[in-house]
Amino acid sequence: MFAYIVRRMFQSVIVLLVVGLVAFSMFRFVGDPIDNMLGQERTQADIDRLRGELGLDKPFPVQYFKFLQGAVQGNFGVSYRQGRPVSTIIAERAPATLELAFVSGFLAITMGIALGVFTAIRRQGIAANVIMTVSLIGVSLPTFLIGILLIYIFSVELDLLPSFGRGETVMIGNWSTGFLTSSGLKALILPAITLGLYQMTLIMRLVRSEMLEVLRADYVRFARARGLSDRVINFRHALKNTLVPVITITGLQLGSIIAFAIITETVFQWPGVGLLFINAIQFVDIPVMAAYLMLISVMFVTINLIVDLLYYAIDPRLRVDARAT
Amino acid sequence: MTDILDTPKAPEKSRFAKFWDGDFAWSFRHSPVAIVATLVVAILVLSAIFAPLIAPYNPFDPSSLNLMNGFTPPGTPNAFTQETFLLGTDDQGRDVFSTILYGMRVSLFVGASAVLLALIIGIVLGLVAAYFGGWIETLIMRVADVQLTFPAILVAMLIFGIAKGVTPPEYRDEMAIYVLIVAIALSDWVQFARVVRGAALVEKNKEYVQAARLIGRGSFPIMFRHILPNVLSPVLVIATISLALAIIAEATLSFLGVGAPPTQPSLGTLIRIGQGFLFSGEWWILFFPACTLLALALSVNLLGDWLRDALNPKLR
Repeated sequence: MFAYIVRRMFQSVIVLLVVGLVAFSMFRFVGDPIDNMLGQERTQADIDRLRGELGLDKPFPVQYFKFLQGAVQGNFGVSYRQGRPVSTIIAERAPATLELAFVSGFLAITMGIALGVFTAIRRQGIAANVIMTVSLIGVSLPTFLIGILLIYIFSVELDLLPSFGRGETVMIGNWSTGFLTSSGLKALILPAITLGLYQMTLIMRLVRSEMLEVLRADYVRFARARGLSDRVINFRHALKNTLVPVITITGLQLGSIIAFAIITETVFQWPGVGLLFINAIQFVDIPVMAAYLMLISVMFVTINLIVDLLYYAIDPRLRVDARAT
Repeated sequence: MTDILDTPKAPEKSRFAKFWDGDFAWSFRHSPVAIVATLVVAILVLSAIFAPLIAPYNPFDPSSLNLMNGFTPPGTPNAFTQETFLLGTDDQGRDVFSTILYGMRVSLFVGASAVLLALIIGIVLGLVAAYFGGWIETLIMRVADVQLTFPAILVAMLIFGIAKGVTPPEYRDEMAIYVLIVAIALSDWVQFARVVRGAALVEKNKEYVQAARLIGRGSFPIMFRHILPNVLSPVLVIATISLALAIIAEATLSFLGVGAPPTQPSLGTLIRIGQGFLFSGEWWILFFPACTLLALALSVNLLGDWLRDALNPKLR
């Protein structure tokens, strides 16, 4: 077990180093930072001086090491566009994205599992068939169209919910939260549904197909023969055994929720990190892009690691195998 | 002479008739979904290809535009010019129907080229990995694994952003389409490489490959002339589904403003433009491009699903 964890962590570190190299190469080769920082009236002496100050005259590996050093300490330099430290900008924006991702992830998991179990148990029912058909459409609709559709129905036609922004936010320390005001909660509804819908349908379909498989298994039939109630069979015996693949996929999907937040945030002008990233691409703001890249890869690698370890904790068979070898 | 040639012999079936009687065509004829999807795809693709002939206006010719025509609702005459447009006009008086036709061209071109490029990269790397093995295989598959942990759309965005930084500003609009193709292709090659490698690993040890090696054929002819044809059918299925995903990816990127430029709008760009008019009531600028995108993506997707079932002997 311990060797396994160490090996996995070692792999994760290598991935992060490679991503760091990519991010660093962006700094180094995409545009000349000197050009961006000095104005039109500059002399060769100015350029050389700044180059020396920023350490850009040092060899590539030395610069890369310095970049990593900074990155580990959360220092990604100064945004070309806003002229403020990237870490400050991201720290301002992060709460919005994290709150949105948390709510839609919660929505996706709870609704996904509940609907998946429901459609598996009532396979022939009308409601289950309707849900399955709707989910097929939900999977094929691009995220941004779902967002626009929701805006059209709930903001334009019904005028119930706001179509952009976070509403009023309350500062708790450095964390601006929208959970505490009614306008903040209202503003959260549409983006959270938009972001969570795809993951929800995915989880739902997965739970359903796994449940259908498990419900056919012998031990479920025996449980039924023993006279256990449907509820105990469905939830204690069947659902529990479907959870291994569900947790894997769900974990990986949580990562993509952060990535897909870019799209949702653009549709709803949600002031989060994703919107920041899109603007950074449009204006070729390399420090912001590099920082976002590093941040999101740390997140992905951590999630993958946790999923792998959870897998291990949940499925006793893996542990037995490991001990045998 | 003709008598001799036409002497009665067993009626030779044409190639088409043989195909028509085959399993593949049979499953096509018995799947209404596949027929409808093919029809929709065919209509959309043909109208995109022949857009200059079908479109009543050329939306990129400034001389044909009349700002007075702006915001004409579909099917009703304009208040000033009395001109009627089938699907209405946008803010600049461009005919929405024509812009959709031209936009679909861009969408299909980008989607198809991206899948083709991804296919080529994936097949070459997958075959090389399977055939040579060793450190080459480890390197290629490790890169694939790492890339697979990130969502494709994110990878495409990053590549687009980097490429945008590298190209000089005056070429950015012209290059955007090609950058987009490369970005989507590079975000999509992994699945092809994995499938090709998996299938090629099985084929590699079969007798025909050993025979080819015995008569002294080189590695590359064996890989591409002998192994490749035998691993192609699963790849085709993925390519079809990939096409739907590539079209949606392109639309998403363009919608976010990091894709096709306004001078060469794709369906995604049109939806981005249309979104701005949603609140002021000009719904048609958004609605029709969105429906076209949906019809295109959905029917290609359904076609891919059907192809997967039809080519998979396990399901029959």
